[in-house]
Amino acid sequence: MREGSVLEMHGIYKSFPGVKALQNVDFRLCAGEIHALMGENGAGKSTLIKVLTGVYQKDAGEIRIEGKGTVQIRSPQEAQRAGISTVYQEISLCPNLSVAENIFLGRGEEKLLSWRKMNQQAGKLLDSLGIRVKPTQQLASCSIAVQQMVAIARAVDMDCRVLILDEPTSSLDESEVAKLFQLMRDLKKRGVGIIFVTHFLDQVYDVCDKITVLRDGKLVGEYAIENLPRVELVSKMLGKELDDMADIKNDIPVFNEEKAAPVYEVKNLSSTEGIEPFDFYIRRGEVNGFTGLLGSGRSESVRAIFGADKVTGGEVRMDGKSVKITKPIEAMKNGIGYLAEDRKRDGIIGDLSVRENIILALQVKTGFFKPFSKAQQIKFADEYIKLLDVKTASVNTPIKSLSGGNQQKVILGRWLLTHPKYLILDEPTRGIDVGTKVDIQKLVLKLASEGMSVTFISSETDEMLRTCSRLIVMRDRKQVGELTGDQLTQNTIMNTIAGGEKE
Amino acid sequence: MTTKSARGKGESFLSGLLRHQIVIPIAALLLLAIFNLIVDPSFFRITFGYNSAGNPVLKGYPITIIDYGTELAILAIGMTLVTAASGGQDISVGAAIAIAGSVILRILCGTGESTDGLQAPIIVAVLVACVVAMIFGAFNGALVAFFKIQPMVATLILFTAGRSIAAWINHNELPVTSDAGFKAFGNFLPGIPIPAPCFFAVGCFIVTWALLKFTNLGLYVQSVGINEKTSRLNGLNPEFIKLVTYVLLGLCVAVSGFIKVARLGTINYSVIAKDIEMDAILAVALGGNALGGGKFNMPASILGAYVIQFLTTTLYKFDVQSDALSAYKAIVVIVLVVLSAPTVREKLSTLVKKLRNTNQTVPSA
Repeated sequence: MREGSVLEMHGIYKSFPGVKALQNVDFRLCAGEIHALMGENGAGKSTLIKVLTGVYQKDAGEIRIEGKGTVQIRSPQEAQRAGISTVYQEISLCPNLSVAENIFLGRGEEKLLSWRKMNQQAGKLLDSLGIRVKPTQQLASCSIAVQQMVAIARAVDMDCRVLILDEPTSSLDESEVAKLFQLMRDLKKRGVGIIFVTHFLDQVYDVCDKITVLRDGKLVGEYAIENLPRVELVSKMLGKELDDMADIKNDIPVFNEEKAAPVYEVKNLSSTEGIEPFDFYIRRGEVNGFTGLLGSGRSESVRAIFGADKVTGGEVRMDGKSVKITKPIEAMKNGIGYLAEDRKRDGIIGDLSVRENIILALQVKTGFFKPFSKAQQIKFADEYIKLLDVKTASVNTPIKSLSGGNQQKVILGRWLLTHPKYLILDEPTRGIDVGTKVDIQKLVLKLASEGMSVTFISSETDEMLRTCSRLIVMRDRKQVGELTGDQLTQNTIMNTIAGGEKE
Repeated sequence: MTTKSARGKGESFLSGLLRHQIVIPIAALLLLAIFNLIVDPSFFRITFGYNSAGNPVLKGYPITIIDYGTELAILAIGMTLVTAASGGQDISVGAAIAIAGSVILRILCGTGESTDGLQAPIIVAVLVACVVAMIFGAFNGALVAFFKIQPMVATLILFTAGRSIAAWINHNELPVTSDAGFKAFGNFLPGIPIPAPCFFAVGCFIVTWALLKFTNLGLYVQSVGINEKTSRLNGLNPEFIKLVTYVLLGLCVAVSGFIKVARLGTINYSVIAKDIEMDAILAVALGGNALGGGKFNMPASILGAYVIQFLTTTLYKFDVQSDALSAYKAIVVIVLVVLSAPTVREKLSTLVKKLRNTNQTVPSA
């Protein structure tokens, strides 16, 4: 082991049927450093983490821990005993127990426990880490950020030497992220090695000391943060130069068919999800978007358009003709497609194959008695796998075994296959790596130029600015503004969202 | 795109085979066959003769298995669909068979006095039974789909009440018919040495095959069973699809009920098709289908049904006392179900892989 290392991984190999997930990957973590693990979806980050935490067994390679030499990690318990703790994006604690109980649960150090002592110890621990929460509070009543920090506190108290934070910031707001980073820096001072997995470049440059980049299951390299400018990091992750990204940035979307007839138009649309009845229209070839804070009603609005929630009122016109859309199937028959926000819950059919997931919507639209032949299905699937560059072992691979970004592409392919006139994309780029994000943005613009109307929703404002020519701003489940042309700047959007009177 | 690695190909045949769902019931069938072959090869002897009515008939244990496995195999079809779509099982099929059988006899025998002649054409009786059974299926399905009641709890109602309803249909009398034309459907058709129920079985298989091949039933049912919310957003109506599976199971029940009463020409409300619901569920499980719903493999379920019948017949042959039968059955079932559990299969296939690897390295070392 080299001086200062707490963890070294050498020549790690791991393959799954049809996919070489890791090939000869080395990784080294020093004491007291925050080390970013970067890569696109499917680059092997998750696999490497899972090998390290004993969820997967490595095919070959060696893992060494400071003071323990070479270790075999065959289960998460063994990983924990070796001093490796993980905090996942989805909290894996018990929401119905108290904070203190969660910290000490399942550690089995004492046969009998004193509740008072446990709460005291928990309080001391939380204080020392600067986490402001009462040990007796029920975990579910804490914010996600606090829950995450409790998970970290638990890890720290178990003498962890290596702390893995897997996408911890995806569901946090900025102030919560700042608190988490403070905690990470404190831990760093205590000599804990932290592996930080995230999609947010800003955050990497905020807290990390080193970056290890993976691509296609292989190690690209390990870099000190000061030697790797952002642009280079991105190009290393993508394995290509940045012209592509520059391209799209200079392309300010211009929509000059102001006179084109609306493809979809609605008056007084309302649903059971409690949005104010609203009017909305979209023209042929237009890309517009709903923006607003989380919970502002932007998703509920598009769900009402698609009939995903129970529609309680509204006059819908498609191409000028009055139609009724109260159920998804009616929306689909009228040429609307909807990619839902929550991929796992509303997007994929996990156990079914990529092929079946791609054809599903079109198949339902075609009808119960007209199934596509297997050959036809494979043809459709292949077409969209190729078009969207989906990384899958075969068309028959279950979609759940694909990485998140690739799952998203499959669902996108499903809706493109129905050849919609009007496509609604709700957070199509969430949890997706930079390269795929750019691909999807470009695709949206291309589709619009071919005449498709697209509504695009994203939490990242700059992404919306890059794609949309008109933004509808929402606050508290109400439409509060509509921005076009020169108004499309970060500032105006922020002001409109915040509700300031000044322009 | 990643292509299949050499490693992937190396593990392919045997371990790949183990991953295949249908391997479990086939292996179970083979095991039972081999066991019988070793202990008493005469098990497989099929003889040709004439029955008391002068019809040519085939006799022998294999024929018995295929003959008596019919009802279970037909039920397994419906049970597979119900399981896949609703993630639960219908435990009322035995009671529903009693109802269907009772309806048929009521129509054929009229008001209870046993007569030789039939009061109505058989086809009418069967059609009415189909409608009745499908209505009861729709009742179960509605409870599950619209009221979101656990399938086992929802069907518990009919499970409890069904046999009483069956008795009530015939005013608690036991109608008997000795009409040869009717009984032929449960035994032998004139001039054909193969038991008549087998034809019903084959007919049902063909209809099911066609249904899965020429409609989207399979895709819809699996989608709904795996992810209801997504299915809805893709234009499906999950409640309706669940309801349809229960109605289809009702149809399977009616056909099974018809065969059951045709075998004997009478009905015993409390005994007919007793515990068949458990065997039907077991057939689905033996086929390697997840009882929690989702993906299914229809041929595997059907084979599972015949495995159970094979087992029952084998035990009968070895003169196991009828009250001890279930205990023996349970032991075999435990082994089969454990073997077909996904975790065990996964372990087995890695074991096979390891064995292969050591075999390959030994000669070169």
